[in-house]
Amino acid sequence: MSALQKMMGWVDDRFPLTATYKAHLSEYYAPKNFNFWYFFGSLALLVLVMQIVTGIFLTMNYKPDSMLAFASVEYIMRDVDWGWLIRYMHSTGASMFFVVVYLHMFRGLMYGSYRKPRELIWIFGVLIYLALMAEAFLGYLLPWGQMSYWGAQVIVNLFAAVPFIGDDLSIWIRGDYVISDATLNRFFAFHVIALPLVLIALVAVHLVALHEVGSNNPDGIEIKKKKDANGIPLDGIPFHPYYTVKDIVGVIVFLMVFSAIVFFGPTMGGYFLEANNFIPADPLKTPPHIAPLWYFTPFYAILRAVPPMFGSQFPGVVAMGMSIVLIFFLPWLDRGKVKSIRYRGPIYKIMLALFIVSFVGLGYLGLLPPSPVATIIAQTFSVIYFLFFLLMPWYTSIDKTKPEPERVTG
Amino acid sequence: MKRLKNFLFLLMAVPVIAVASEEGPRLDKAPVNLSDQASLQRGARMFVNYCLNCHSAVSMRYSRMQDLGLTEDQIKENLMFAAEKPGETMTVGMDKKEAKNWFGSAPPDLSVIARARGSDWLYTYLRGFYRDDTRPTGWNNVVFPKVAMPHVLWSLQGEMVPVMKKEGEHEVIERLELAKPGSVTLAEYDAMVGDLVNYLTWMGEPAQLERKQLGLFVLAFLAFFFVVAYYLKKEFWKDVH
Repeated sequence: MSALQKMMGWVDDRFPLTATYKAHLSEYYAPKNFNFWYFFGSLALLVLVMQIVTGIFLTMNYKPDSMLAFASVEYIMRDVDWGWLIRYMHSTGASMFFVVVYLHMFRGLMYGSYRKPRELIWIFGVLIYLALMAEAFLGYLLPWGQMSYWGAQVIVNLFAAVPFIGDDLSIWIRGDYVISDATLNRFFAFHVIALPLVLIALVAVHLVALHEVGSNNPDGIEIKKKKDANGIPLDGIPFHPYYTVKDIVGVIVFLMVFSAIVFFGPTMGGYFLEANNFIPADPLKTPPHIAPLWYFTPFYAILRAVPPMFGSQFPGVVAMGMSIVLIFFLPWLDRGKVKSIRYRGPIYKIMLALFIVSFVGLGYLGLLPPSPVATIIAQTFSVIYFLFFLLMPWYTSIDKTKPEPERVTG
Repeated sequence: MKRLKNFLFLLMAVPVIAVASEEGPRLDKAPVNLSDQASLQRGARMFVNYCLNCHSAVSMRYSRMQDLGLTEDQIKENLMFAAEKPGETMTVGMDKKEAKNWFGSAPPDLSVIARARGSDWLYTYLRGFYRDDTRPTGWNNVVFPKVAMPHVLWSLQGEMVPVMKKEGEHEVIERLELAKPGSVTLAEYDAMVGDLVNYLTWMGEPAQLERKQLGLFVLAFLAFFFVVAYYLKKEFWKDVH
């Protein structure tokens, strides 16, 4: 026995190091037919790590003080060594996190990855998405520009629309009657400590649940049903080294896109960093047009599509909330006989296509200032968005599906 | 079927709204060229001479102008009027409260003004002042109506007056015309403003040239790494069928 083996034995008697390595990497059997869409899970993990590391370095020079915050960001951009790179990586990372997560969720929709026995993976995933939205919203206040300030004002005012307790609730959230230094300080605390902890914990349980039941695949069939004499799935391959070397290729392609943005267009024409946010926050000057960042605009468009009732914006707020809550119930709304879009009938394919058009359309409309025509289109898209979920038990059960294969294909 | 038709029609309307939402005056293209150091140096001199009396640039250090090919001594002698050391930032003595009393609003800090407004806007704005006796300063602006700032560069450009045209119910400004010539021709003035906007664009993010240069190396490295990783993956996956 070599010295290394001896040391490993010593550790393994006290901590399940080898067992963990085997269970999650070298003897975690993943289906061999993963395609393009299966890169985005590991990429999301990469972006999470990148956001945490760049975030730590930003915190070293950022000042969570309404008098100093804006200038401290410019100090990072100019006077801190490599500060501009770290800041752009963080701001680009925020948007790219959503790009990757949206594609990851779309994969789940296409291949039925949320279906039994993976309901909890899906629920943990939606919770991650929620935590991510909160994290992004809180972080956007920190540069203390005009859009930071007025964007936060609009979102916190949504809570003020809650009947009876709304006003007190919004004051409790802000810690003041307007967005102020107190708000900045608490948002900073939540952004750098509370939500990252929640995110990391949720990502951990998401992965534990995934490795318990095993990964789905583009055919939507269970590879664990067909095993060899040693109990290894016939269509499974060890995650390490097969998917680690494959994911490295994905990571490099992703980093090329990421670097192209960071080095050649970090504002992405105003979609990743808004021009108005280079004007320091001014509580006395409301910008003529306040739009949230692109990753929130589908929900913002749903909010605006619902007209105020009884002089209250609350119905819109409820609709926006429901549009996210419904996502949790997907595993029980889907009654299809098959999981993957490859074997689904035409109705589901049309519904999914309409859903994607509506979601992207709402995202686009949410960026524009409201107009009568835009409102009608947003209302149409919102109805389609909700019908995709609410009619799902019906249209998935009557759909003409194709038979699933016995073993995974291509 | 009818519903589908309606839906498709609505989809077609989306780009129309996009076009309709682009409002505001037409902007002239600013001649920004950040690799033209002579232009940036001229712009820097314009900036400290004409802007840096009322407007600050609190995030910008005088010493950073070394990136424009100037030595510390050249900066000290030609560009520093209100500071002792080159490491200081570009502050001004004007009190914000008093400035607000004088002009109606305090002159904004210009550190990142090019990022907030855009180079084209600044270029059009600085060439868009015209005589308007209804304004307290006697000046108005085509892209910033009722602007609080007077035309600081009027002695250079001269006095412009608007030429109006009818557009439906309203009279709108068609173009500006020179009424009283300044110390330079309009073409020379455009070039001077071009230099100034070039400088402001650079000052908005002094690291931007370094950023693009480094980006090329990073992408080249990743492209090389991609080839290695791709063949590594191919080698490992040979036995997967």
